[in-house]
Amino acid sequence: MSTSRSITDAQINAYVDGELDEASRLEFEQLLLNNPEDAARVAAYKQQNDELQNLYGALIEEPVPAEMRKMVMQHKSRPSLAPWMQVAAAVTLLLVGGITGWGLRGTQPREIVAAAVPEYVERAVGAHFVYTSEVLHPVEVTAAREAHLVGWLSKRLGNPVKMPNLVSIGYNLVGGRLLEDQGSPAAQFMYEDASGRRVTVYVRSYDGNDTAFKFFTSKEVSAFYWIDAPFAYALSGELPRQELMNIAQVVYKEISP
Amino acid sequence: MNKRQAILDEIPRLRRFAQALAGDRDIADDLVQDCLERALGGLHTWQENSNMRAWLFTILRNTYFNQLRASSRRPNETPLDEHHDSLNATPPAQAHGLIIRDLQFALKLLSDQHREVVLLVGLEGMNYKETAGILGVPKGTVMSRLSRARELLKQYMEHGENGNRPPLRRVK
Repeated sequence: MSTSRSITDAQINAYVDGELDEASRLEFEQLLLNNPEDAARVAAYKQQNDELQNLYGALIEEPVPAEMRKMVMQHKSRPSLAPWMQVAAAVTLLLVGGITGWGLRGTQPREIVAAAVPEYVERAVGAHFVYTSEVLHPVEVTAAREAHLVGWLSKRLGNPVKMPNLVSIGYNLVGGRLLEDQGSPAAQFMYEDASGRRVTVYVRSYDGNDTAFKFFTSKEVSAFYWIDAPFAYALSGELPRQELMNIAQVVYKEISP
Repeated sequence: MNKRQAILDEIPRLRRFAQALAGDRDIADDLVQDCLERALGGLHTWQENSNMRAWLFTILRNTYFNQLRASSRRPNETPLDEHHDSLNATPPAQAHGLIIRDLQFALKLLSDQHREVVLLVGLEGMNYKETAGILGVPKGTVMSRLSRARELLKQYMEHGENGNRPPLRRVK
């Protein structure tokens, strides 16, 4: 047995939480014999868990409050596809028009070092952060008036906007709002999944060549952005890169002709 | 109906987690109600045979963090003096009680993100994979947050929040 093997924080925690397999656990216990400091940490962490149980364990004995029980038992389940969505699907078909050409098709996207992130992307991410956190009024026009919303935003942006439908991946439309982006109008569509995670699609008019997906991340919010003339898009969310990428692909498919 | 019964069965755990996370009973029950509302509204998206507990916990913590941001309410910024006063004013009689208070105090000093991971793993007994799913982060992030959180808790419990405060358990 090698006594010089050092113990990592990850091992200590994994041991305390029973995440090690049998062989690793036995090996770890051997190592611990020669590392009294680490053994003390193991003991301290186990004690934290014990104290958590002392402190909060009994709370699950409490009976379920009557109003919560009633809420669960009497809630009316809603139809699987809301009527407005059926209407909306028809409306978006009519509105899709001149969106053509796409850098991603045909040629491989070049990996562009995003030394200069377009300013609109930062504004998109900022708008995501600001508006997704609003619980009561996260949107200007709610999903219930989706057809109106698309028409209204298309008119403001000067071109027919197609609003992506993300229901297939579990994201329902919350609604949208019109924003000002350095004197130009921009639209933000907000979506939410059943667990409350929100993503936003930001659209503004843009003069420039089509691009592939590019990735931008700030502190908490990440975004995939691309240009598909006459619009520039940014999909923002507080999600892992791969998950956001999957959503971006659905958004792209939805808005392409 | 089975799904509804499955939700009902999780309410005690949701309330406990909410209370430990938010540190306040009334806020916790409001949070659970919001969570139930969302869950019931999105019940058709819940996949049969998937983990109801993990799903509800995900909704609950997302609701909590959304609301926290919306109101910019930072429970961590409760003036520390308040805790000192209340703790010093009523020293518990038993050493056991002191240790418990110590942990409760130390938990409040943690950031919300650190507190939630300690509670999910240490109190609720979720494994790392489930916890990663609930938080929407990679497993490695769960492990590093957990490691940091436990070390902070240990420090707070041994030395107080800045090292100057004498350990509470020595107050007799």
